[in-house]
Amino acid sequence: MSIGSVVGFTAVVFASLLRGDPWPWPLDFLPHPAWTPALAVFAVLALGAVIGLINGCLVTKLHLQPFVVTLCGLFIYRGAARWFADDKVRGLGVEFETMRYILYGNRIFLGLPMSLVILLLLAAVATVFLHLSVYGRYFFAIGSNERAAAYSGIVTDRYKILAYTLCSTLAAAFGILYLAQENSVQPSSTGNFLELYAIGGAVLGGCSLRGGEGTVVGILIGTAILWVLPNLSNMLGIRSQLEHTVIGAALLAGAILDEWLHRPGPSLFDPLKKLLGRTNPS
Amino acid sequence: MSETTSLLSARNISKAFPGVQALSNVCLDLSAGEVLAVVGENGAGKSTLMKILGGVYRPDAGEIRLDGRLVEFHSVAQAQQLGVALIHQELNLAENLDIAGNVFLGREPTSGGLFRLIHPRIYAEAENILAPLGLTISPRTRVGDLSIGQQQLVEIGRALALNARIIIMDEPTSSLTQRETDRLFEVIRDLKQAGIGVLYISHRLQEIERIADRVVVLRDGQYVGELRGEEIEHEAMVRMMVGRELKQFFHRTREETVQPPRTLLEGKNLRWLPKQKRGASFSLAAGEIVGLAGLMGAGRTELAEAIFGIRPLLDGEIYLEGRRLVPASPSEAIAAGIMLLPEDRRLQGLVLPASVKDNVVLASLMELSKARLVDRRREADVAEDMCRRLNIRTPSIYQTVALLSGGNQQKVALAKWLCRQPRVLLLDEPTRGVDVGAKTEIYALMDQLAREGMAILMISSDLEEILGMSDRVYVMYEGRLTGELKRSELSEEAVMRLATGGDSD
Repeated sequence: MSIGSVVGFTAVVFASLLRGDPWPWPLDFLPHPAWTPALAVFAVLALGAVIGLINGCLVTKLHLQPFVVTLCGLFIYRGAARWFADDKVRGLGVEFETMRYILYGNRIFLGLPMSLVILLLLAAVATVFLHLSVYGRYFFAIGSNERAAAYSGIVTDRYKILAYTLCSTLAAAFGILYLAQENSVQPSSTGNFLELYAIGGAVLGGCSLRGGEGTVVGILIGTAILWVLPNLSNMLGIRSQLEHTVIGAALLAGAILDEWLHRPGPSLFDPLKKLLGRTNPS
Repeated sequence: MSETTSLLSARNISKAFPGVQALSNVCLDLSAGEVLAVVGENGAGKSTLMKILGGVYRPDAGEIRLDGRLVEFHSVAQAQQLGVALIHQELNLAENLDIAGNVFLGREPTSGGLFRLIHPRIYAEAENILAPLGLTISPRTRVGDLSIGQQQLVEIGRALALNARIIIMDEPTSSLTQRETDRLFEVIRDLKQAGIGVLYISHRLQEIERIADRVVVLRDGQYVGELRGEEIEHEAMVRMMVGRELKQFFHRTREETVQPPRTLLEGKNLRWLPKQKRGASFSLAAGEIVGLAGLMGAGRTELAEAIFGIRPLLDGEIYLEGRRLVPASPSEAIAAGIMLLPEDRRLQGLVLPASVKDNVVLASLMELSKARLVDRRREADVAEDMCRRLNIRTPSIYQTVALLSGGNQQKVALAKWLCRQPRVLLLDEPTRGVDVGAKTEIYALMDQLAREGMAILMISSDLEEILGMSDRVYVMYEGRLTGELKRSELSEEAVMRLATGGDSD
């Protein structure tokens, strides 16, 4: 729930570090040199990791409900972003062209936009991690049945913390890319609702919110659809004010379809299934 | 007892669940002002019978009469309306509501017309109902803040508020202290005075000696007889609860070994439940199958979980081959060669939506991986091998485990451990919900594993299984190890006596 705020916060921190902006109160007495891009990227990723680590520990060690912890994070890191930037828009202006070119420059690699290259790279790493490594298998097992995983000797707490840490680190990476692309961060709104887009994209791509199901490819497709939908509806002549409604309706349709295809036994859809010539498995 | 005077009369009640005939042709009568106890081993059908009388289940056959009038319960609400209240072992109270709110839940007197505001008189009325039961605290107290004994009284108060004439109590004392139990018995005597019929289920035979006017004994879902008055006595009840010949599907090869057994696992003065006062000691030798008998809730599962590192050990020491072992987590226990087949395979043993293969290799992923990347070929080989060895009947190793039969699921859960070559295997109810064919195979496998030198601790509530498979048996009662029986001392009566708190002699 908190990744949108984490994106906003890390983007603000990234911009401030690069420009050497003064630290916010009460740290404003500290020296504030401009950081080199490499160091700043590393520091911001580490910040994301620490945020995830905290969330993960709160969930596993203090047994707090994940939703509550991340909801609190949503508020806390949004506030932190506004505090860090003194509620002012942060950007890089005309500086750091090279870094921005590397992170965002168009068609520098095999004729592909850099953001796509990074996306594919991350997707490849995620695929290896989730679908080919032991850790990924543990994630799926924990997602499907945490108790059975624990009874099988998997140290579930460790992998849950790892999941939170990865999630927030990736959110920080997005914050960096966001700044490189847009060159301007609005501390009070950058990243708003991103968590909901992330969940929506995952669900649309076949992940189960109960856990233990989903593929990287599915998530890529789901997220892509989610981003393309507003454009699509625009082109179809639907007013842009309705863009969120279109997204919501698409998700709802997906959820209903999923329920229909998966739920055994009699259901509301039986007449429809009969119409389509599908028989119930049970 | 003639039909006309009986308050409740159940005739030829039968009920089957998939794979089990839980009750067949059970008859039972209850008169006003009588306390009738129903006893039997685990799985004898007591709870099923009570749930049928309380409207939770519908019987497959048979009839129920109240005051001689034929009735059919379609729901708990309907049974309550007709004056039958069932108090479950796990109390069903809304912890966040206050006492009065619980007593009148669903039947709140209202005022305010359309708004249906709850009338404040519920507090006075709740007080009137509860005070005679000895619960004199404010009816505005949140139920979650009450002790279990007080909550029980609230449940009884709820039954009285329903004008129940028959109150069914399922193991009412299982979480009560001695004092609370005494208090409950006083209340039951008062209920009797008021002409209410009480059906009482308990494993604790001493309590039944104290409170029951009549005892009905069930065994394997059948009525085996009843005792009344002076006849109600511990030994007599045990005799009726057991007493049948052993079926011949246990495979236990016993060879007289010359060398003394080599002790693998030893527990010294273990305490794993807060209620335990004294520590318990036990030992397991290589090549031995040791039964751990007792009734549900005796603390057997908790012992296995403590050895496996899932629940903390409160006190005492565990030795594996003479070396001190502190199992702080399952992964450490597994690394030491101690593995647990948990009681509830659907919740704890298996990842149901995953495939047979994924479940079989779940605990050996690190061992089967290269540089932390899974090796699908090797995984498939291991899974295929296990399916052959344990005769797991599945269309393929990629089949979802949820779709297999109970017996095959259990074999998958076992296969998960056999990949890791356990030295000590803790089996918690290994054949519960398993069909006869798979049972036989699991017994044969246990025998083979023991002959290969594994030490097996088998927790079971099935007496036949305990007697048929064990080389030695420990018996627990209420968190106490009440005795150890050698092969030559084993009999159903001996186990049952220890399991119900009788003395070992």
